[in-house]
Amino acid sequence: MQQIINFLIRNKNFLLFVLLFGLSLVFTIQSHSYHRSRFVNSANFLSGGMYDAIGGVGDYFYLKTYNNALMEENARFRESIYLANAELDIDTDSTYTPFTSADSTKQFEFIPALVINNNYSKSSNYITIKAGKKDSVSGDMGVITSNGLVGVIDKTSNSYSTVLSVLNGNFTTSAQLKKSSHYGTISWGNRDPNLVTLKDIPSQAQLQVGDTIITSGRSAIFPKGIRIGQIADFQLDTSENYYTIQVRLFNDMTNLGYVYVIKNNDLEEIKTLETLSNEQ
Amino acid sequence: MNSSVLQHIGRFLILIILQVAILNNINFLGYINPQLYVLALLLYPFSGNRTTFLLVSFLLGLTIDMFCNSGGIHAAACLVLAYARPLVLRFSFGISYEYNTIRLSQVIFYERFLYISILVLIHHLVLFSLEVFNVSDILYILQKTLFTGVFTILLCLITNLLFKPSK
Repeated sequence: MQQIINFLIRNKNFLLFVLLFGLSLVFTIQSHSYHRSRFVNSANFLSGGMYDAIGGVGDYFYLKTYNNALMEENARFRESIYLANAELDIDTDSTYTPFTSADSTKQFEFIPALVINNNYSKSSNYITIKAGKKDSVSGDMGVITSNGLVGVIDKTSNSYSTVLSVLNGNFTTSAQLKKSSHYGTISWGNRDPNLVTLKDIPSQAQLQVGDTIITSGRSAIFPKGIRIGQIADFQLDTSENYYTIQVRLFNDMTNLGYVYVIKNNDLEEIKTLETLSNEQ
Repeated sequence: MNSSVLQHIGRFLILIILQVAILNNINFLGYINPQLYVLALLLYPFSGNRTTFLLVSFLLGLTIDMFCNSGGIHAAACLVLAYARPLVLRFSFGISYEYNTIRLSQVIFYERFLYISILVLIHHLVLFSLEVFNVSDILYILQKTLFTGVFTILLCLITNLLFKPSK
């Protein structure tokens, strides 16, 4: 007994080192797997508040860029309102009434949020935004800008959230071609912050460099039709059944100002339905 | 509390804020962010208690991890640095370390350079191995360690020269 205690006292530094090193390895491994509880993240009062204060300075320099992005978005909205009105005018003349129920238009809500910290040079990147539980943001909500896809909400605190960026090995979502309905999976395989990889597009699809890729709406996170990027390069895989496509993002991931969090009001309904059919 | 303890706490806080607010956003050539905060561990008193030093370095790393959303990679890297420091001290300063008479501001440049670069490279190697977490990317890890390491070492030496303690 005496010897054991002596041994412990003699090697206390080494044992402490092994203990703490093991602890940090556990944290590291947890951070490499999506959807594990992480104790150490930047969506808390201390780091969130500090990023908020620092971000305030940076925002001032980007005011002009943000303004331009908002102007462009406004212009697009005006255009779509105009187009929608034009369609309605035609429809009132005919006997056909378009299918627009009040519920279907309110399926998705958009919550604006400010980016206060953004990573893009690491091998798994996270973004911190200033919107949290009190703005009714919760985990697994999609995040976009006016230009396209950004990521998915990971952890939330009262007034801050972390976003699993598109530029993260754990991020995947379903995407399709704009001109046909062939769909595949988007993920980030390379270290270039402008490129993502789209896999599993069947070889029957007609592809061209420059084609637009959009979200397919097959997951409950993103609605259909959110712009992702353009085809930069494509090739058949070894079995020659599926294409592997490099997609150049519309979003400049290195320069994000304001983002929108997508809240799906039907999420609960979809989930209960899916669990019901899984049980059977 | 005496003034030298306060001085060390102040240095830790300033270096953490500097690292998080400015240095993590440099992204020189796409991915090079110097990790200057290790200077706080390099300048920790040489005669201090080793157990306390291990705990302090773990906490420093964990604080940086919290800001970077990186799990525990900085904590692990700082811990390895702290554990290896006595060995590196003996290697780079030789006999004068054994008699506890050493001060970093008084040693010749070559010894200081050796001390800083060995520890920074150890820290970066652990840091980037855990960040990439994939053995097949060993070349990428080494490349990142070398390039980031050079910048960290340069910045540490410059900071060390600029903020010499007055005699």
